[in-house]
This record gives sequence, C-alpha cells and structure tokens, in this order.
Amino acid sequence: MNFQGIFSMSRKDLTTLVIFSIVVLALPIWLQPFGAAYPDLMQKFAIFGILAIGFNILFGLTGYLSFGHAAFLGVGSYTAVWTFKLFSMNPIPALIFAVILSGLFALLIGYVSLRRSGIYFSILTLAFAQMSYNLAYSVLTPITNGETGLQLEAGDPRVLDSMFVAEEAGLPVSNFFGIEMSGIPGFYFCAIFLILGFFITQRIFASPFGMMLRGIKSNQTRMNYTGFNTRPYTLTAFVISGMYAGLAGGLMAVTDPLAGAERMQWTASGEIVLMTILGGVGTLVGPVIGAWLIKYFENIFSSFNESVLHNLFGFLPDGVEGFVVELTSMFVGEGWHLTLGLVFVLVVTFLPGGMMEGYRRITTLFTGGGGDGDKKAKADDTQTQPAE
Amino acid sequence: MTTSTENVVLHVADVHKTFGGLHALSDIDLQIEEGKTHAIIGPNGAGKSTLLNVVVGRLAPTRGAVVFDGKVLTGKQPHEINQVGVARVFQTPEIFPDLSVLQNVMAPAFAKRDGSFKLNFLSSLDDEHQIRKEAEEMLEDIGLSEQKLMKAGSLSRGDKRRMELAMCLMQHPKLLLLDEPTAGMSRHDTNTTIELLKKIKERGMTKVIIEHDMHVVFSLADKISVLAGGRIIAEGTPEEVRNNPKVQEAYLGGAH
Ligand SMILES: Nc1ncnc2c1ncn2[C@@H]1O[C@H](COP(=O)(O)OP(=O)(O)OP(=O)(O)O)[C@@H](O)[C@H]1O
Ligand SMILES: [Mg+2]
Repeated sequence: MNFQGIFSMSRKDLTTLVIFSIVVLALPIWLQPFGAAYPDLMQKFAIFGILAIGFNILFGLTGYLSFGHAAFLGVGSYTAVWTFKLFSMNPIPALIFAVILSGLFALLIGYVSLRRSGIYFSILTLAFAQMSYNLAYSVLTPITNGETGLQLEAGDPRVLDSMFVAEEAGLPVSNFFGIEMSGIPGFYFCAIFLILGFFITQRIFASPFGMMLRGIKSNQTRMNYTGFNTRPYTLTAFVISGMYAGLAGGLMAVTDPLAGAERMQWTASGEIVLMTILGGVGTLVGPVIGAWLIKYFENIFSSFNESVLHNLFGFLPDGVEGFVVELTSMFVGEGWHLTLGLVFVLVVTFLPGGMMEGYRRITTLFTGGGGDGDKKAKADDTQTQPAE
Repeated sequence: MTTSTENVVLHVADVHKTFGGLHALSDIDLQIEEGKTHAIIGPNGAGKSTLLNVVVGRLAPTRGAVVFDGKVLTGKQPHEINQVGVARVFQTPEIFPDLSVLQNVMAPAFAKRDGSFKLNFLSSLDDEHQIRKEAEEMLEDIGLSEQKLMKAGSLSRGDKRRMELAMCLMQHPKLLLLDEPTAGMSRHDTNTTIELLKKIKERGMTKVIIEHDMHVVFSLADKISVLAGGRIIAEGTPEEVRNNPKVQEAYLGGAH
C-alpha cells in the first residue's frame, strides 16, 4: 500500500471530515445554548462517540451484533489505570496499552464467538462480557480491586514519573506533558481521538476491506463462493472495534483515573447498541449523533427529581399536580432508562434507520420532493462514486 | 474408464449422496473435458443441483470424491474451491442485494486478485481503477451499465441472474458451473445470455450447465449427461441424447 494512498480521500469524505472536526472542536461553543457545555459532559460526548463509531465498524458493516462490547471498555479502563499506577501519569502509554490489551482480548473473544452468527453470536459475546464482569468482581479482585474499583494510590511506583518528576503530595492527575487531563484540556484531548477515530472509520468505509465487510452483511454465502474467507474479515472488524472500545475505556480513565467493574455490565453493552441504532447503523456520523443524544438526555433527565418536577408543574391545581409529578417522575432520575426504552421502541418502529434516516427523509422532502422510486433504489451514499 | 484423462479437468468420481433415506445421487461418475460445455439435464428433483453442491463444497458427498485440475476438492472449504478456479451461478441468485450493481461485480475481482483475505482497510476503493474498469466493461457486455449504481437487490430476477453470471465471469474461472442460468429470463435476455456464453466458449472456459430450456441446451452443449433419480441414465453428444429412447422416456418424452 502506498503512503500517498492512505491520505487520498474522496472530496465528499474530506468535506465530511472537515465539518465533523469543526463541529467536534466547537462543542464548547455550540453546546452553550443547550446548557451542556461543561467539560465532564463534553468528555463523555467524545468518549462515547469513539465507542459508538468503533462498534459500528462491526455491527454496521458486518451485521454481527455484539452484546459484549462493554467488556473491552472495561479492559481499556483497567489497563490505563494500571499503566498510571505502574509507569506514568502521561496518558499516551496508558492509551497504547489500553488499545493493545483490549485488542488482544477482542481477538480471543472474537475468535470463539465468530464461529457462530446471528443470535448465537450475540449471546456468546454477552456471555463472555458477563463472565468478565463477574470475574472482575470476584477472582480477579487483586487486579481489579473488586467492588471498590481500581484507583490511584499514593504508594504507586510510577517508575517513569519518579525518574523525571519530583513526587508531589496527594494523588496525581493524568497529565500530557504538563497539561492536566481534566476540564476543557481533557475534553480536547479526547476530541482529537474522536476525530482521528472518525478519520480511520472513513478510510475503512471507503476501502475494499469495508466493501468486503458489507458483502458479508449482505450475503455471507456469496462471499464464500466468491472465494473470500470471511472469518478473518469478521475477526479483524471485531478486533478493530474492540480496540476502539479499549481506547474509549482508556480515555475514561485518563479523564477520571478510576476503573470499576460496572463499566463491563450488560447494560453498558446494551447502551452502545442503542446509541448506534438510534443514530443510524452503518452510517458514518449516525453513531456519534446517537451517542451524543443519549448522553445529553441522560444528563438532563437523570438530573430531574421530584422537587424540580413540583416546581415545573406548580401552576397546576394541587391534586392534578401531585398526579402529574407522580407520573413524570417515573421517567426521570433513576427512571431515565424507561424514557430511553420508550424512545428506542419508537425509533426502531418508525425510523429503523435511526436519526440519519430521519434526516434523509426530511431532506428529500424539501429538496427534489419528486422522490422518484429510482432515487430510493440507489445504493447508499458510501458507494464508489463515478470516476471524475 | 480413464480413456481421455489428459483432457479431463473435472472428475466426479463415484459420488453418492444420501439425505436420510433419500438417495439424491448414486454412482455418479462424470468426466468433464477441458474447454467443453457439458450440460446436465433431468427432471425436477433428479439431483442436478445436489451434484453442483457437492462440487463446490456446499455438501460433503456420502461417498466418492471430486477431483479438479489434479486437486481433490472433497473436504475443502467453498472459498478454497473458488480460489482454485471454480465459480458458480446458483439456481436462486446469490448476490449482494445491499451493494450496488457495480460493487457486486467488482467484489469477485478482488478475491481473484488478492486471494481469500487481504488486510487492505486503509487503501481506497476509488483507487482501484483497473478493477473498476473491468467491471464497467463487463456490465456493458451484459447490458447492465444503466443500473450500475442501483442496489442489486432492486434488480429484476432476470437481471440478478445476469449480474451473478457477470460476477463469476469477472474471476475468469477455469470452470464455470451454471445452475439454470436463464430461468426467469425473457426470450430476448435468454438469447443475449446464450450469445455471452458462446463468447466465453471461444475463450476456452470449461462450463457445466444445468438447464431445463432445451433451446439453450442444444445451442450450447458439446456433451450432455441425463440425470434421473440420482443416476446418470444417458450420456453423449446432443444428437445421441436426443435420439436415446431411454431419455425420451424419462425426460424429453414427458416434455413433449
Ligand atoms: N439439503 C438437502 N437436504 C435434504 N434433501 C435435499 C437437500 N438438497 C436436495 N435435497 C433433495 O434431493 C433431491 C434432489 O434435489 P436437487 O435440488 O438436486 O434436484 P434438482 O435436480 O436440482 O431439481 P430442480 O430441477 O427442481 O432444481 C430432491 O428430492 C431434494 O428434495
Ligand atoms: Mg436444481
């Protein structure tokens, strides 16, 4: 593969990349009117965006629905915290190890799970993730610190840091050559990885490899009789998406050096699936949008409590107010997942292509509303364009 | 039995296939000569598709072996069998319904060029000018240029079949297996397909063709094997088979 080839992109992809980068880097500005421009939340936007686009490489392109991706997230977090403890508070080694280890772990789980397809594959990945979760809580406590979670301690060796930097009192913060990885700098650090991850995904989507993955989703039988060995293709996709999850887990630890087993729970795996489907499976930006929407509304809805609701509905007559508050409180705070579930059911029923399909429907409504069937039949926008 | 072995490219040797108690194939011994078009005809349920399934590795024979180009295919994976030069058009089209027509036709060329797996996820499909050009010429040949950016799933049944044939031809296989390639096609499309298949004949590709349409069979075949009840009941040139009373009784007679 020639060096130039790596950077040659179609004009459309380049435009998408530029716009995407601007949108991401300007999050602190355009999120302000939504009251969401604070660093913690924006870090989540970036991290879960990485998680979702990585997951989409597997699910969106090959159609293999993993229900265990949170396991790789967890491995990434644990690895990063251990790297902090043993070597250095610099995020780079932590992330490198997080990506490598989660990749190896994905290789192992993928190797076994990909012997099956469809629902059996999903169940296998789910089983492996739940096993990892349970192991993290029990047998592996020496590594994971069980229920308390893995944390930094004053007595950690940090061999690299202790060689170069004078020991300070108190717990250290992850820092990138002096820049502390919290707050806005922490967000921008994650944002760079989101953009990088997006760029790589674009490359995969536009590559022959990406076309083969789509071929597997479309008709695995035909792939086999066309001479492709599909297993290494799906395994590679699985490992790449596991590495994205490991990167996301590593970044979680970078912005907040703590790793707990609950990160690997099946609800966390399920959330990744929801984000991807909500945004639009198999599209480039859909999963990111899905991740942002879920994190944004989770933030809003889960902050509501009864007193906020009483204030909100204070204008209603007392009896009615009590009833309305009772009813709505089921959907907020702890009950946020109920709202999420409902939204999910609605999307899957009425907009199976997620937000991206909604967007396409709206644009066809406003532009060439002629909406001839021929247009619909055109293969999706990631296909090869006619040569110039 | 082994009279003309030097020309035999595919040898189905003493193959049996049973499904439970059903003898779908019995004592099949078939020798296909290089560069020839060999038709297999027979009534519904005769075991024709099963025979191809055994050749391409979809089914393992209960007994016997398949030898192609000096290599034993039995026990090999379908993708390995394709990689040694065997391509197949299925009775129900096996295509990539979610990919564009152009991509459907391009994909097989990658398998031919790069082998069964290549880790090329950072190169760009847009830079594959050679394969793209070949695919476009192929679509031109079979008359599907207009539809090249359409999703293959939205093609008509006949067009899907032609596209699947084009997909196989992109690989320049040594052996092409065709399971009723003109079923569901209009008379006109059938004739175009016959012309296309004749053209390949000139290039020396070996073909095994299963067909119910006698017009197609007699305009293409060098040799015909008649299958009935899982056994080969007759074999010979089109003339010989046409005049064979056993065949007329078992098959052609019914069609009259
Ligand atoms: N996978 C299978 N499992 C069980 N039985 C099968 C299987 N495949 C084929 N058969 C049976 O084997 C017999 C031969 O089937 P086959 O599909 O080879 O016939 P065919 O000659 O291709 O017929 P047609 O002209 O209808 O395509 C039939 O009785 C069929 O039901
Ligand atoms: Mg058949």
